[in-house]
Amino acid sequence: MSTFCSTEVDFDELLKGVHVLGKSVLRVHAADVDKKARFPTESINAMREARLLSAYVPEEYGGMGLNMVQIAKICETLGQYCGSSAMIYAMHKIQVACVVHHAQQSEFFCDYLRRLVEEQRLMASATTEIGTGGDLRSSICAVEVTGDEFKLNKKAPVISYGEYADEILVTCRSAPNAPANEQVQVMVRKGEYTAVPLSTWDTMGFRGTCSSGFELTATGSAAQIIPQPFNEILGQTMHPYSHIVWGALWSGIAMDAVNQARAFVRAEARKTPGETPISAIRLGEADQVLQVMRHNVAALAREYDELRSRECPEVFEEFGFSIRTNNLKLSSSQQLVDIVGRAMLICGISGYRNDSKFSIARHLRDAYGAALMVNNDRILKLNATMLLVHKEG
Amino acid sequence: MSENERKTLVPDIREVLAQHGRFPVENLTEADDLYNAGLTSLATVAVMLALEDKFNVEFPDNLIGRRTFKSIESIAEAITKLAA
Ligand SMILES: Cc1cc2nc3c(=O)[nH]c(=O)nc-3n(C[C@H](O)[C@H](O)[C@H](O)COP(=O)(O)OP(=O)(O)OC[C@H]3O[C@@H](n4cnc5c(N)ncnc54)[C@H](O)[C@@H]3O)c2cc1C
Repeated sequence: MSTFCSTEVDFDELLKGVHVLGKSVLRVHAADVDKKARFPTESINAMREARLLSAYVPEEYGGMGLNMVQIAKICETLGQYCGSSAMIYAMHKIQVACVVHHAQQSEFFCDYLRRLVEEQRLMASATTEIGTGGDLRSSICAVEVTGDEFKLNKKAPVISYGEYADEILVTCRSAPNAPANEQVQVMVRKGEYTAVPLSTWDTMGFRGTCSSGFELTATGSAAQIIPQPFNEILGQTMHPYSHIVWGALWSGIAMDAVNQARAFVRAEARKTPGETPISAIRLGEADQVLQVMRHNVAALAREYDELRSRECPEVFEEFGFSIRTNNLKLSSSQQLVDIVGRAMLICGISGYRNDSKFSIARHLRDAYGAALMVNNDRILKLNATMLLVHKEG
Repeated sequence: MSENERKTLVPDIREVLAQHGRFPVENLTEADDLYNAGLTSLATVAVMLALEDKFNVEFPDNLIGRRTFKSIESIAEAITKLAA
C-alpha cells in the first residue's frame, strides 16, 4: 500500500494514542454507559480532543485524510474498549464519508467540512423510517423546497445519539411528488428542528448509542440538501463504508472478549504450570475465528481504498463488490456472536456474571445487535438475487 | 438481424421493462438512459431473467452490466447479437 507510506509512521503513533484513549477513558466508563444506557460523553469528548472526528476529512480541509484501512483500524481499536463509543464513532464516520464523496461540489458542504474539522462536530443519521423499516432504498417522507428554503418531517424510530449530535443526515424523497426510491439526504442542524420523542432506547446492547426514535420537523436552507442522489451515495459510499467500519468495530469487541478469555485461561494455567489447561483449546478455536473475521474486514478495506483510487465511483456498485460487501456484513455479524459465545464458555460462570472482572455479558449483548443493523435476512436476499446472474471471474 | 428486425424487438422489451423494471417506462425513447429514469442495478436482474425467458437467449457474463441495460436500444442490440 504505497499510497499511504508517507503517513504510516504518524499513523502508528496515532493508533498508540487511540489505545491510550481507549484504556484511560472508554474502558473506564464502558460499564456505567452500558448500565445507565447513557451517552458516552467522556469518550466522545476525548475523541474530539484527539481530533478523531475529522480523521476521514481530506487534508485540504484540515482533516487527517486517512484512508479506509486506517479508519477501520481506529474503529477496531475503539471497539476493544467500549462497543457503544466505537459504534457512535463508526456511524459518525459513515456520514462524514457521504459528505466527503458526494457533496464537495457544494460550497455549503465544503464550508461544513472546515467547520467539522475546527469544531469537531458530530453527525448522526436518520435513514430508518416508520413504515419502511430497514429498507434503505425507499422513503415515505419528502423534502419540500420553496425558494431557497426546505421543510421536512420524518418519523424516525431509531436515530443513534440523535439528541447529542450537532447535525443529522436525513434520507427522504426529493420532492412531495417524487416516487419512493427517488431519494436525497438532507442535513438537518441542531436549532433548526424540533424532535418529538417516539420511542426510548432501553435495549439489550449498544445501550450507550442512545438510539431513541423521534419525529423530526426541520427547516433550513436548500443548500443543506446533498447534491448527488441518495442511490449513488448509498451504492458508492454508505453501503461499503458502513459494513467495513461496523465489521472493524465488531472485531474490536470480539478481540476484547478473546483477551478476557486469555486472561482467564492464563490464571488457570498459573495453578498448574507445565500443563496447558483444557480451556486453552477453546481459546485456540476462538482465536482462529477471530483471525478470519479480522482478515475479512482488512481485505475489503484494502479493496475499498484500491477502488477509491481509481476515481470511478461506479465500480463500487458492481455486483461482485456489492456481494463481497454484503458477505462481510453477514459473516462478521455471525462471527462476533460466535467468538464472544466461545469466550464466555471459556470464562465460565465468571464470564456469565455481570460483576466479575471476566464478565462477557456486555460483549454478548452488543454482539446480537450486529445482525439487526440492516437485517441479515434482507442482505442475504439481495445477495441471493445478485448471485442469480453474477459469477466470480 | 437487420435494423428492421431489431426494431420489432422493441415492444417486447418495453413490456418486460414495464413488468419488471420497477420504474415508469411509458414516456421513454429508445435512446433514453434507463438508469437515469429509475432502473436500479438490482432490478436489472429481474429484467434480464425475463428477457432471457421471452427471447429464449442466455446473456453471457460479458454482457451482464450497465452497458447492456443502458437503454432500450442497447438491450435490443444485445439480444440481436445473442439471437444471431
Ligand atoms: C445499535 C443500532 C443502532 C442503529 N442506529 C440507527 C441510526 O442511527 N439511524 C437509523 O436510521 N437506523 C438505525 N438503526 C436501525 C437499523 O439499522 C435497522 O434499519 C432497523 O433496526 C431495522 O428495523 P427492523 O428490524 O424493524 O426492520 P426490518 O429490516 O424491516 O426487519 C424486520 C424483519 O422483516 C424481515 N424483512 C423485511 N423485509 C424484508 C425483505 N425485503 N427481505 C428480507 N427480509 C425482510 C427481516 O428479515 C426481519 O426479520 C440502528 C439499529 C441498531 C441495532
